Amino acid sequence: MGIISRGFSGRRAVADVKLPPGQYLTTDFPVLSAGPTPHIALEKWEFTIDDGTNVLRRWDWKSFRELPTENITVDLHCVTRWSKLGTHWGGVSLDTILGEIETDADYAMVRSYGDYTTNLPLADLRKKQAWIAFRFDDENLAPEHGGPARLLVPHLYLWKSAKWVRGIRLMHEDQPGFWESLGYHSYGDPWREQRYSSDE
Amino acid sequence: MMWHVGTVVALHDETPTAKTIRLEVADWPGHVAGQHVDVRLTAADGYSAVRSYSMASAPNMEGRVELTVERLPDGEVSPYLTQELAVGDRLELRGPLGGWFVWRSRQTEPIQLIAGGSGIVPLMAMIRARASAESTAPFRLLYSVREPEAIFYRDELQALSKASDSVTVTYAYTRATPKHWPRSATRIDASIIAEATWPARLLPTCYVCGPTSFVEAAAALLVKSGNRAENIRTERFGPTGDRK
Repeated sequence: MGIISRGFSGRRAVADVKLPPGQYLTTDFPVLSAGPTPHIALEKWEFTIDDGTNVLRRWDWKSFRELPTENITVDLHCVTRWSKLGTHWGGVSLDTILGEIETDADYAMVRSYGDYTTNLPLADLRKKQAWIAFRFDDENLAPEHGGPARLLVPHLYLWKSAKWVRGIRLMHEDQPGFWESLGYHSYGDPWREQRYSSDE
Repeated sequence: MMWHVGTVVALHDETPTAKTIRLEVADWPGHVAGQHVDVRLTAADGYSAVRSYSMASAPNMEGRVELTVERLPDGEVSPYLTQELAVGDRLELRGPLGGWFVWRSRQTEPIQLIAGGSGIVPLMAMIRARASAESTAPFRLLYSVREPEAIFYRDELQALSKASDSVTVTYAYTRATPKHWPRSATRIDASIIAEATWPARLLPTCYVCGPTSFVEAAAALLVKSGNRAENIRTERFGPTGDRK
C-alpha cells in the first residue's frame, strides 16, 4: 500500500461493477490519438493482409461490407484509466477476415491511415476476440473514433484497437508498434495492468 | 517502473480553479518537456486512485517536478490536489511517461505550440525547456482561453517573450476579451491560424494540446493551411479524462 494521502477518501466504484485494477468508470467516450484525425473517403478505402512481401488479400469498401457482420457488445479499457462498459458495435470478425489465410506467422502488425501501428500476437486476433468495426451505437463510426473502420480488440487496452485501420501485416517475429516503441507495454492486458514496458 | 515520493514544497494559484504544485522528488530520474506523470492518492483503508498530469517544469537536475492541475467539478483526484493538498504533504508519482508529445533541445526547427485552456501545461514545459537550454529554436504559441482571467503563467510568458525575439505569444479568447481587444471573442478559426502560426512552408513541428473538440479543430485547421499531418502532434483530454 502506498503513502496515505491525508484527508483523501476517494470515490469507490459501484460494488457490483468489476473493473480491471486502476481503472475508473466513465459514461462518455473520450478521444485519444497522437495526431490529426485522418478523413478517408470510402471510395479510396482499402484493407489488406500482407506478409511483408506480398499482399495476400485485399478488400475495397464494397467487398468488405459484403462480408458477414456481427453485433458486438463489449467493455473498453483505456490505458489512461477510463473504462466504459457495454458498448455496442457492428463489424466483421477477424476470424472471417483471416479465415482462408494459411500462415505460420505468430505476430501481427496492425497498420492505420495516418501511419499508426500496433503489434499483437496473431492468436489474439482469432477465436471471436477481434473485429474490424465500422458502426458504433447503430451509427456509422465517426472519424474521431476511428471511422470508417477500426480494429476492436477489447480484451487488450484500447490503444491496441487501432483507429482508421488499413491493413494487417503478418510477422514471424514480434516488433513494437507506435506506442509500444514509446514506453507502453508490448501486450497490454488490462486485467494484469500491463500499461508500461516495465510492467510485467 | 517504481513509485517515487515527492514532497510538496510550494503551491501557487494560477487561476481560481487551477493550482501549480511544486514537488521535490529526491530520486527523480529526470524528464523531457511534454511528458506526464501518474499521481497516486491513497485513502486510509488502502483504496487508491491514479490520474495522469502533465509536467509544467523544464527538465532539471534538482529533482524538481511541477504540475499545474485544473479542478474538475466532478473529479475524484483534481479537487483533492487543488483544495486539500498542503505544503509538506507527500505525494506518490510514477514516471516520466510518454515519449511522443515531447520537445527536445536538440530540435532546431520552428516550433508551433497551440494550447486550449489547461492544455498549456506541457507546452509551458517546452517553452521553459527552450529557455533553460538556451535554445535558439523559433517558438510561437497560440493560446486559446475563455477569458483573460483564465490564463496560466501570464507574467512568465510575457517575460519570456520579451526576453527573446524568437518566442511569440498570441492569445485568443472564446468567451470574453480584454478591453479594446481587436477581435471579438471567438473559437480559433482559419484567420487566427493564418495570423498567429508559422507558414507551413517553414515546416514547423506543431504541438496541439487541449480538450478533444479544441484539438480536433486546431489540428484540422493546421492540416488545411498546408501543414503535413506527420508534423502535427496532439495530446487530448476528454471531459472525464482528468488529464492535466
